[in-house]
Amino acid sequence: MNKPVDIKITNMKERYKSGVLKYKQMGYWEPEYEPKDSDVLAVFRITPQDGVDPEEAAAAVAGESSTATWTVVWTDRLTDSEYYRGKAYKIEPVPGTPGQWFAYIAYDLDLFEEGSIANLTASIIGNVFGFKPLKALRLEDMRIPPHYLKTFQGPATGIVSERERLNNFGRPLLGATMKPKLGLSGRNYGRVVYEALSGGLDFAKDDENINSQPFMHWRDRFLYCMEGVNKAIAETGEIKGHYLNVTGATMEDMYERAEFAKELGSVIVMIDLVIGYTAIQSMAKWCRKNDMILHLHRAGHSTYTRQKNHGVSFRVIAKWMRMAGVDHIHAGTVVGKLEGDPNVIRGIYDTCRENHVTKNLQHGVFFDQPWASLKKLMPVASGGIHAGQMHQLLTYLGDDVVLQFGGGTIGHPQGIRAGATANRVALESLVKARNEGRDIWGEGPQILANTAKWCTPLRAALDTWKDVTFDYASTDSVDYVPTATTS
Amino acid sequence: MRLTQGQFSFLPELTDAEIKKQIHYALAQGWALSVEFTDDPHPRNTYWDMWGQPMFDIKDPAGVMLEVTACRKAHSAKYIKVLAFDSKKGFETVRMSFIVNRPAEEPGFELVRAEGPGRQVHYTMRSYAGAKPAGQRY
Repeated sequence: MNKPVDIKITNMKERYKSGVLKYKQMGYWEPEYEPKDSDVLAVFRITPQDGVDPEEAAAAVAGESSTATWTVVWTDRLTDSEYYRGKAYKIEPVPGTPGQWFAYIAYDLDLFEEGSIANLTASIIGNVFGFKPLKALRLEDMRIPPHYLKTFQGPATGIVSERERLNNFGRPLLGATMKPKLGLSGRNYGRVVYEALSGGLDFAKDDENINSQPFMHWRDRFLYCMEGVNKAIAETGEIKGHYLNVTGATMEDMYERAEFAKELGSVIVMIDLVIGYTAIQSMAKWCRKNDMILHLHRAGHSTYTRQKNHGVSFRVIAKWMRMAGVDHIHAGTVVGKLEGDPNVIRGIYDTCRENHVTKNLQHGVFFDQPWASLKKLMPVASGGIHAGQMHQLLTYLGDDVVLQFGGGTIGHPQGIRAGATANRVALESLVKARNEGRDIWGEGPQILANTAKWCTPLRAALDTWKDVTFDYASTDSVDYVPTATTS
Repeated sequence: MRLTQGQFSFLPELTDAEIKKQIHYALAQGWALSVEFTDDPHPRNTYWDMWGQPMFDIKDPAGVMLEVTACRKAHSAKYIKVLAFDSKKGFETVRMSFIVNRPAEEPGFELVRAEGPGRQVHYTMRSYAGAKPAGQRY
């Protein structure tokens, strides 16, 4: 199908004649290329403009995300340009979606600065996303070679050390986001923290937009929250924490807030994704240095992760954040109020928690990803979940996860403390039942109902939220489905 | 107060049959069981006394239960927990921890506040029982 004009020009004099060439002619389409173990690999979903050949579109993506510009430049010849070129090596049509292709591109390690998410992303999702010959472009997945991974710190604390510090094993951690998100004074806010922790939660949490507003300045919040945290520790004998959100306008502000959180004895601080990759890496280094857990709220991500045809898949963001060094990341609930197809979520959770993630197209995982002993990142499930879904959450998400019930704790008819107790009792009863070999997926509602016979807070929670589900089709789903076998 | 460390402290005390099922689960995962006891349940007391070494070679829940029972007999007034240890790469840590014995009276912890400048408070947890010498606490 290739017209002669479309293939890579190997005569150097022809290749570097001034003017405009197709990206394929310039050499960005290399179907023969065998990716090296040390290459950074990316797979993009491309939607070429009408009439644009998909191989040319893939070559253009490879070019624009590496060395190319729109015209031939003779200065390429001052470099080993073959070596630096991004190489589109494979395209595959997206199953069931005419007009879209998956384009696989390999990048040499030398294109990237060691240990820098900012540098990696400036190439991979830089100019290329606005490129006119494409209607839309989405970064679906990446394979980061161990050679490059090892230049990143990785999670400041990691799941294993987090659990050892908290002395908390064998069950998901429980949290709650303080509500209302905005408007509480420091004194009232600390009350909610205290009640939730004292009732049985491990963590309370600032919301993403709680920073230092007129109704509650950060220092006031930190002091009252730590009073709540410590009172709850003394009452239960358990280590507990509150994610103090240190997000601020400048790095200086964030360091000041984080230092104060440390002075007060907090085990954890929190940042928002909107602070940017470099700020996240700086905070991750600070946390490693100061023995603090770093919670990341993914504020803003849905602007570019949710639509399937354009943007960046959240599994890639999760991968970058494990490299950048956060310890917690909001990663979806499957059953709650926010976007989350079960297979997509599984791919994201594996990316956070496994030491080796195996290619699995049905989970949206396009490459084998060895993690080279970078620590594990604790996923957080938050958003519209309640005690009645505990068996589903435990089945889908496993043990190494923070389950966060905000409304599902604070909205409890008998109060915040009862809400926390209901969640803790529901969780412990299902973990116990699962370990005893019972089928919690099938028997979950019955197990919860039996437990609620002696636990009134759980009874009230189940009655209040029994019919609440968020059963909408996911926008971000996987493209590969298992083929039915005929028997 | 009720010390709520461990996986199942919000549930009624586990019966021996229930403890055995949890041990069975841990063994099925390939984890090694161990038993620890203390009269100092401070939240930051990481190192409880070990009732022997982790039972790396005992694969029978009944064998582990014998140790639980023996420890309870010797330290009936103390906190006792069962731990499951996972030596697999990527974990190499405790995977389960639950209390199987506790004192009849749990006096709990005093929260001691040391006021500092700028409204700062430094907090210390002090176990009421811990004020007495080891061996006379419960």
